[in-house]
Amino acid sequence: MPDIRWDWISRNREDIVQLAIEHLVLVGISMAIAIAVSLPIAIMVRNRPFWGGVATYTSGVLYTIPSLALFAFLVPIVGIGQEPVIIGLVAYALLILISNAAVGLQSVPGPVRESARGMGLTGRQLLFKVELPLALPAIMAGIRLATVSTVGIATIGAFVDGGGLGELIWQRGIQRGLFLTPIAVGALVATLIAIVLDALLVGAEWLMKPWERRPLPLSVGRRLAWARPSEWKRAATG
Amino acid sequence: MGKTQRVEAGRDRMTSLSDIWNAFNDPILDGPGETVTHLKMSLVALLFAAGIGVAAGVAAAKLGRVAAFVVIAIGNLGRTVPTFAVMALVVAVSSIGFWPAVVGLILLGIPPILLNAYTGVKEVDADTVEAARGMGLTSFQLLGRVELPVAMPLMFAGIRISAVQIVATAALAGLVGAGGLGILVLSGLANNKTDVLLAGAIPIALLAVATEILFSGIFRFLTPRGLRLARGPSNQ
Repeated sequence: MPDIRWDWISRNREDIVQLAIEHLVLVGISMAIAIAVSLPIAIMVRNRPFWGGVATYTSGVLYTIPSLALFAFLVPIVGIGQEPVIIGLVAYALLILISNAAVGLQSVPGPVRESARGMGLTGRQLLFKVELPLALPAIMAGIRLATVSTVGIATIGAFVDGGGLGELIWQRGIQRGLFLTPIAVGALVATLIAIVLDALLVGAEWLMKPWERRPLPLSVGRRLAWARPSEWKRAATG
Repeated sequence: MGKTQRVEAGRDRMTSLSDIWNAFNDPILDGPGETVTHLKMSLVALLFAAGIGVAAGVAAAKLGRVAAFVVIAIGNLGRTVPTFAVMALVVAVSSIGFWPAVVGLILLGIPPILLNAYTGVKEVDADTVEAARGMGLTSFQLLGRVELPVAMPLMFAGIRISAVQIVATAALAGLVGAGGLGILVLSGLANNKTDVLLAGAIPIALLAVATEILFSGIFRFLTPRGLRLARGPSNQ
């Protein structure tokens, strides 16, 4: 079993930091685009169950397409580099974000909506003061899930020359005779970035909900992120 | 001018469909053979992952708090460690080949199954358990006749998620030299050949989508009606 070459790490410290920043930029750009596009779509489909269903189902099928294949599909169209990676990452993030936000907005109870209407709120006020705040946990769960998976999928982008930490794993590790040290460093830094971003988002959600300041839910509920949220509700009757 | 270009691009795409088919069947690239390798790798990995995951998840649900902590930690780790990194690490510390790739796929396949098996058994309704105890069931009978059947839909969901993930990640085995359809993608990219690239990418995508559809169909059929999970957000 080969050893970790510590001297390689100290010699390439600057490169590692540079690639980590590149990785964060890739994730940041993709998530910003995905959030900006997904929220309006989710808001549009919230009162239209048919389109909500279409959005959720399409997301489910498209999400299963492996990232390697998706990047490969994009290469003949946009070439290699950061473009196919960002497009691919945005696509995956969109799928998670739209379905989560749509589920969150649809699950606002009807009586709550009606009493808000009865208090004289306009459609816009209803959306911003009632529906979006109540859907916030679902929306944030989607953002966390999408961010964590984007950090991981971005590493695969290296094989279409997308840069980022995948470059340590692919160009400097696998392609140089499976050199273990850069692979291990890339894996470790990418994992740390995912964990830190996830924790930051939990903190952000806590700050955004001043009316519900419970202790930070660091582990509770996180395990629910595995299956699609809708699948965790049991059927009402037999 | 623009119109001519569009027509030519269209003709290009038409020819490349048969090109892709030819590239897939090229005796050197051996698309059908790599597809078999891809599926074999995925199936072996899924069998191991399901066996280990279900056994460990059920055991952890019966043990104390430490076990719960370990299960949740493994689950979170499985969600945050990049799949590409796991495949590369396993191959780098052992060797290139079929079995190292399978080991990587097993490691990636375990967390969803483990977590769902654990949650499924742990969150069986306390009243149900008490009623079963009141009827005189031993611990073993309770597990076999009540807890496992009730946990079944969640376990199936876990196995389905894992199966799709394993079939998808098996594509990366090609990148680390272990065979499978990923090799075609890699070869197409390295030689700048779109037909070879797509001859790998299209089957990879189809296999993953087919796995999702197949497994959700089978498991829906196998689950007793009363235990089925709600489908879709409209079904509240």
